Amino acid sequence: MSQITFENVVKRFGSVVAVDNVTLTIGEGEFVALLGPSGCGKTTTLRLIAGLELADQGRILIGDRDVTYLPPAARDVAMVFQDYALYPHMTILDNIGYPLKVRGVSRAERARRVTEVARELQIANLLERRPSQLSGGQQQRASVARAVVHQAVAFLFDEPLSNLDAQLRLEARAFLKHLQNELGVTTVYVTHDQAEAMALADRIVVMRLGKIMQIGTPLEVYRNPANTFVASFIGSPPMNLLSGTALVGQGQFVMDDETVIDMGEVYRRMSRPPLDGQEITLGIRPEHITIHAEPHPHAIPGQLYVVQPMGGETLVNVRVGSKLVTVRLFQDEPPALPDQVWLKPALDASFVYGADGERLS
Amino acid sequence: MNRYRIRTTTSRALLLVFAFIMSAFFALPLLWLLTAPFSTQANLAVKIPETPSLANFEAVFRNKFAIRALFQNNLIIGGGVMVLVASVATLASYGLSRTRVPGRDVLVYILILFSSVVSGTAAMVPLFLLIFNLGLIDTYLGVILVMTGGLLPSGIFIMRDFVDSIPRSYEEAALVAGASSFRMFRDVAFPLVRPGVMVVAIWAFVNAWGAFLIPSVLLRSPEHMPASIAFYSFYTEAGTPNLTLVSAYAFLYTIPVLLLYLIVNWRFGFRFFGGIKS
Repeated sequence: MSQITFENVVKRFGSVVAVDNVTLTIGEGEFVALLGPSGCGKTTTLRLIAGLELADQGRILIGDRDVTYLPPAARDVAMVFQDYALYPHMTILDNIGYPLKVRGVSRAERARRVTEVARELQIANLLERRPSQLSGGQQQRASVARAVVHQAVAFLFDEPLSNLDAQLRLEARAFLKHLQNELGVTTVYVTHDQAEAMALADRIVVMRLGKIMQIGTPLEVYRNPANTFVASFIGSPPMNLLSGTALVGQGQFVMDDETVIDMGEVYRRMSRPPLDGQEITLGIRPEHITIHAEPHPHAIPGQLYVVQPMGGETLVNVRVGSKLVTVRLFQDEPPALPDQVWLKPALDASFVYGADGERLS
Repeated sequence: MNRYRIRTTTSRALLLVFAFIMSAFFALPLLWLLTAPFSTQANLAVKIPETPSLANFEAVFRNKFAIRALFQNNLIIGGGVMVLVASVATLASYGLSRTRVPGRDVLVYILILFSSVVSGTAAMVPLFLLIFNLGLIDTYLGVILVMTGGLLPSGIFIMRDFVDSIPRSYEEAALVAGASSFRMFRDVAFPLVRPGVMVVAIWAFVNAWGAFLIPSVLLRSPEHMPASIAFYSFYTEAGTPNLTLVSAYAFLYTIPVLLLYLIVNWRFGFRFFGGIKS
């Protein structure tokens, strides 16, 4: 168990900067998710910790040890790969026992410890089989067992659930979180699935184009997205982002298609309000909009597009000008709505972003 | 309808005749190799001998020069080339596959092109001079080195396809698990590419086994000559082959190659999971 520290780490592949001056501290025993779209540098960051890539600049520390230029074997971390990487020519017993074997643990001791871990992970009956004889979920557990079997200082997960089908993924997600809670080992988890990151992590690191966009607990990044990228990436369905112009004097927001939203006290309460006439983006979560069949004060008109019943909740898409706005209703019964509806955003819960995408508050 | 059927029947019949002729063309020499050694008459007819005899083999085994060529020289040269080509091709292709070398693919293709265009007869004089200056004329080592050099580019090319088909995450998993690079190669990478190593090893062995030109140029003394040259000891002084003895010797000549194939296939199995990309 150790803290992992990145100090101004840069990693380039040719002219592409995969990790761009990243500074980050992952606390001892913490579960951190690296979240972002493909090509954002999250996997490269993980591989830098593992030693599978070497940093071009900066320092990486595990505990107090500078591991920047150490080979993977010297870092004493354990990694679970997206394709599980179970050696096809070895039995599951030998696969799980491999980290012990290279550390010179005797055959008998190896068998004892592998059996112990396998029993905890409910794969003890599969030890004599080859990886190809296991189902996807079993292979996933076997690869986790291989990471757990020796007392590594940190666990690294590279999208370990993306090859499982949806139902198994939820099951494995709960299992991984429970395991990490029990073992309390520092864990870095790479994923492009925001729901997975929200569900698993103590803290989420949102990345884009090699840079960290925001770091925070799942609720922090959900409640206070620091920029439009995080706002659009976290949450399902994503936040409605409306671009337009701030008319600070009149307390209004004029959308690109001339729809006017009365902003009330929003600008006045901001310590760093936009300038009059500045291009801004207004962000409102789908659950912070109410929908009305009749004209309503401070509501904007729109055309009903579709109603999507989701079971426990209902999503309503409304066309406002050229923009499709999503409204989330916490009701299972789809509402009966006319074609012409009025949307009333809860402006207290809205976010104002500047032209550069950074939040103004 | 009827005409159509006649046409397809005719074309199928023609195809069958063609296939039969083609198979006969390739099968007859092999059948001859199975029957002629046991026949007492020297001719080129494929005929099961009425009174099979092993007299031809006795005569062949009395020819000490030919037997040493086959069971000593050929095994040393073939074995040497096999081991050297397989091990160097494995390591080289692994390195080429796993490192980021600029212009890597171009380099490999140029090597292949050069080895197939330039080698052989055209390179014989420089190769002879090279081996002469190294003092390796009339040694097994000289022959083994030259043949290895000739086979390596293609060997690397074949091997690289096998290595490329192995996902790197196996190796990375071993490295992160705590293995050194060498340990990882031994425990994980090599077992995974072993089918490819076997293919290249057998291919190299068969090539060396049948080689004629290089040993005939680089070797001097009769006791070093391989079997392909020893065939000439079954020719009369006038240059006509003694067909019964040549066939018996040829029969023996094919056995080690077949055996090697069977043993490797039985022991390791030619699982072509590399080589062909899905």
